[in-house]
Amino acid sequence: MSEREPVERDQAPSPSRRGFLAAVAAAAAGVMIAPGIRLIELAAARPAGEPASGAVRWGLLIDTTRCARGCEDCVAACARENALERRGETSVAETQRPQWIRKIELKELATGRELSLPMMCQHCARPPCVDVCPTGASFKRADGIVLVDQHRCIGCRYCMMACPYQARSFVHEPLARQNPAVPRGKGCVEGCTLCVHRVDRGLAPACVAACAEAGHGAMLFGDLNDPASAISRRLREVASVEVRADLRLGTGVRYQGI
Amino acid sequence: MRALTTAVRRASATAPGPAAARGDRARGLRAVALVLLVGALFVPLSASAQAGGRTPQPEIVIDAEGGCVAPPDEMRRNHMNMLIHQRPLTVRQGVRGAEVSLRGCIECHASREDGSAIGTRRNFCQSCHDFVAVRLDCFDCHQARPGAEGVRR
Repeated sequence: MSEREPVERDQAPSPSRRGFLAAVAAAAAGVMIAPGIRLIELAAARPAGEPASGAVRWGLLIDTTRCARGCEDCVAACARENALERRGETSVAETQRPQWIRKIELKELATGRELSLPMMCQHCARPPCVDVCPTGASFKRADGIVLVDQHRCIGCRYCMMACPYQARSFVHEPLARQNPAVPRGKGCVEGCTLCVHRVDRGLAPACVAACAEAGHGAMLFGDLNDPASAISRRLREVASVEVRADLRLGTGVRYQGI
Repeated sequence: MRALTTAVRRASATAPGPAAARGDRARGLRAVALVLLVGALFVPLSASAQAGGRTPQPEIVIDAEGGCVAPPDEMRRNHMNMLIHQRPLTVRQGVRGAEVSLRGCIECHASREDGSAIGTRRNFCQSCHDFVAVRLDCFDCHQARPGAEGVRR
């Protein structure tokens, strides 16, 4: 249980404890969660007051050969971390509820080969959602994470139409009980943030952590710009593809074994 | 008040006879006394309205006093400017751990009774915003409770 502690959110830190907890979180980021599997290798939390660096490009490699059919661990972890599940009654149809990551089952008709993979925001280098946004709410952070600035989002949903991965959702209902680190609200479009609040603290995204914790190890998170990072090394070794590579969006999420 | 008494004086000056004038003067004095009395009744009422009689005053309860990023006078006047200038730095550039942050506000100012910065007139953010009639929409999206209490993992 003690190994899991860095994954948990810290308990209501008082201002005087904040600096200390940040240091502990940074130190704990490299903790082994299982033999040979680390939550995150390179990252320490960025020092306070420093903006995200353009020298880093966060990315994911998803090994579909290790992604079990019917396993929804990453989806559940995402919903828990970002407080996506709505408690109580809702009048919103199931197809309209916020969804940041989903599992897709595929079958190659010619051969009958089946595979399963998680699909979410691909954090494109040239994101179409940013191109079409009329208010500048959709933006790409310096470290490659594509986000919605909900202070500017007017809820027009052009980005939802522009996204080839159907990665974004619209919030139809007033919300309560958000994660303090993940503000969300009615009338805005939202999508996978690559758990930017965790990444900034030196932790891996919740889906990656959950996948590793459950022993699947199908998701690898890291800095694509660092040739020594685990993800860069693996990308050099194995064949991986971008989904809809024909669109030349330069996705930060790549898939192995499709 | 002065206008009223001059009006009374003018009325008595234009009165026809000395006896009638004497009666008019007494009536005028009585009117003036009445006006003064009614005025005296109203003065303390309006004063008490300003001090919180009819208008509910903000109830400011601060558990950790003196721990704020700026003195109270400056915070009262400028907290919104501080927050709105920090906002794009945090959201768009990813600056974390800044001195000014909405979460920082909530960590200190969430009520010790119900753990929230909003909800009733006794909750820090809401009490003042109700008093000055400024709509508070931060918490349509942001969690008004500190730390991990908003979500159970």
